Amino acid sequence: MALTQERVDERLRAAFPGASITRQEGPAVRDYTLHVPADTIVEICTFLRDDPELEFALLSFVAGVDLLPNTPRFEVVYSLLSLTNNLRFTLKVALPDENPRVPTVCGVWPTANWHERETYDFYGIEFTGHPDLTRILLPDQWVGWPLRKDSPLGYQEVAFTHNTPNRTKPAPSLTKLKPKKVKYRAQ
Amino acid sequence: MADENKVDNPFRVLGQPTPPAAPLNDDPDAIREEMEKGILFTTVEKMAGWAVNNARANAIWPLGFGLACCAIEMMAILGPRFDVSRFGAEVMRSSPRQADLMIVAGRVSLKMAPVLRQLYDQMPDPKWVISMGACASCGGMFNNYAILQGVDKIVPVDVYVPGCPPRPESLLHGIMKLQEKILLTKPELGPIARPRKRGMA
Amino acid sequence: MTLNMGPQHPSTHGVLRVALELDGETVLRAKPIMGYLHTGMEKQAEYKTYTQSIPQTDRMDYLSPMSNNLAFCLAAEKLLGIVPPPRVQAIRVMLVELTRVSAHCVWLGTHALDIGAMTVFFYCFREREKVLSIYDHVSGQRMMSSYVRVGGLTMDIPEGLLDRCQQFVDEMPAHIDEYEKLLTKNPIWLARTVGVAPLTAAQAIGLGATGPTLRGSGVDWDLRKKQPYSGYETYDFDVPVMKDGDAYSRYKVRLMEMRQSVRIAHQAIARVREFGEKGEYRLRDFKYVLPPKEEVKTSMEALIHHFKIVAHGFFPPVGEAYAAVEAPKGELGFYFVSDGTPRPWRMKVRSPSFINLQSLPTMVEGRLVADVVTAIGSLDIVLGEIDR
Repeated sequence: MALTQERVDERLRAAFPGASITRQEGPAVRDYTLHVPADTIVEICTFLRDDPELEFALLSFVAGVDLLPNTPRFEVVYSLLSLTNNLRFTLKVALPDENPRVPTVCGVWPTANWHERETYDFYGIEFTGHPDLTRILLPDQWVGWPLRKDSPLGYQEVAFTHNTPNRTKPAPSLTKLKPKKVKYRAQ
Repeated sequence: MADENKVDNPFRVLGQPTPPAAPLNDDPDAIREEMEKGILFTTVEKMAGWAVNNARANAIWPLGFGLACCAIEMMAILGPRFDVSRFGAEVMRSSPRQADLMIVAGRVSLKMAPVLRQLYDQMPDPKWVISMGACASCGGMFNNYAILQGVDKIVPVDVYVPGCPPRPESLLHGIMKLQEKILLTKPELGPIARPRKRGMA
Repeated sequence: MTLNMGPQHPSTHGVLRVALELDGETVLRAKPIMGYLHTGMEKQAEYKTYTQSIPQTDRMDYLSPMSNNLAFCLAAEKLLGIVPPPRVQAIRVMLVELTRVSAHCVWLGTHALDIGAMTVFFYCFREREKVLSIYDHVSGQRMMSSYVRVGGLTMDIPEGLLDRCQQFVDEMPAHIDEYEKLLTKNPIWLARTVGVAPLTAAQAIGLGATGPTLRGSGVDWDLRKKQPYSGYETYDFDVPVMKDGDAYSRYKVRLMEMRQSVRIAHQAIARVREFGEKGEYRLRDFKYVLPPKEEVKTSMEALIHHFKIVAHGFFPPVGEAYAAVEAPKGELGFYFVSDGTPRPWRMKVRSPSFINLQSLPTMVEGRLVADVVTAIGSLDIVLGEIDR
């Protein structure tokens, strides 16, 4: 019998009776998503990977989402894939605005290393226990977390003739191409 | 007797008697004018300049600086269909010390900008920059926190080639325009004085 | 000794920087540093409507633009809950498989060029020009076509396109034989790729690798067979898998994939001909998809729908969706979080090259420096996708 997502849900709840696991409801939530508490994420992931019936051996991605007016503000989404059962499963962890931190799952899947660095880079979410939590895509000296909703896009006004009234130099001529005078450096 | 029936001799040169010689003109201005009609005057500087400019224009070696999608169209001009080797630019040097044209092909992110400036400084004179594509010319479709809005903010650009990505023929047109520009430049025969910023080599 | 294989390098396939720690010629540690092409596409997608973000997706994996468009549109269609008509799916499959052939041509050309075989570069780019002229015919743009849209295509396929595709598909197997003749049994090629950059199946799965990197290590996983989309379950093709996990097996996998792509494209062209050279090219769901122009000029409802979709964008339901396709590089997926407005709240791109590059240190540590170039080439990375 093929494994279904409801069966995974059942096994997970049975294995972690104390943790508050809730299913995400919504009219258009197209993937089976479970909300799990942040402190149990490593145990849950280890269970999902090692259990012989479930075998979620591949971590597809780790993403951060900023739901700014709502609390809790941040969500970290883990998308798991089971090659042997051909099944996808999604876990979500909700994190608060101040000091968002969640234990790293690098020990469970080595691929999470760069995914978590990217989430840290974009959102400032700290993954405790990560071997090398530094910026990965933005320059190392960048200040701020660009994908948060309160960071600006960084749009720069483009200078056209109608919005630059006080130009001192005339617009360059397209038809005349005069040779430039070159100054020599003294030897 | 036979003159009326005679057909006009096409070889009239042989038939006509030689005209009397024109009187000699001793006027020095007239002599100079006669001489100037057959002699080309120039200066050594202009001749050397013409040769140098043509050499620089027709053997321009690009630096392989492909960043993003425009790099693929730049590779296409190295391919067999749009052959840039006709214009002398087939050797794409990897080292900036050996290149004289930097084709900035692709979007320049803020992390890449200091690297680009350093590569430009490493290139020896004379050097030219072609800004290929919309992203290199003005930021393109990415007007946000991560992309430099135009590479002319950090290096002086000679030719802008628009397009996203520009067709290989457009880039070749840009290279030809650059060649025209080089031919019009007064060639410098020594190092050029550039404004030196503190802290840069 | 620390050596910097800098962002400007002929063999890094873009602006990738690899910090190598060497002991003589042996690599002790390799650390890829990226971000030199970071474009902020995920942030910018939050400020554009879904249709306005489609040209952005072209520029991610710029060697296979239609695959990116397709992945985006599938995720958006999954969120909306719509399915495009079968003729549209057949056209999409045809163009995406031709894209796969052209992306593998570039991979082979540049990989061989890095290793030293220049002829293959010229041959591959000659084939790629044919696919680019097909793109030009269908959309007007050589590379970034943005032809696949949410709910269908931009416009119907032009006349003569199917004949052109048929001609390409008929002559491509001979060209693939040419590449094989040059490389497959070539002793220099074998010396440089057999046993080089090894990756076992367990390592590959743990590192999240997908695509030919995973199939070259012996794992039979292809999204077109396992989680089919866009009608792939109705086509007849095989998925090549090789056991050894070195650069040579990945090379063989990609060459065999090229042949299978030609096979699928052949079937797709026949299927489009069955549906007709001209026909429907968009879903008739005007809440989300633009109505045909003839109806816009005659029907009031169509006019209002057109105006709303163009001026404001379509309003997806509140929710989230993730859809993945088998791009030439691996599993390319888009994860959308929607809040009911025409602009996505969050767009996350699961880019295969980013994940595959993570296996570079594993492949290269303990090996010689020259193998780093082979490893990067056999991973087939595209920096536009890594840095987004």
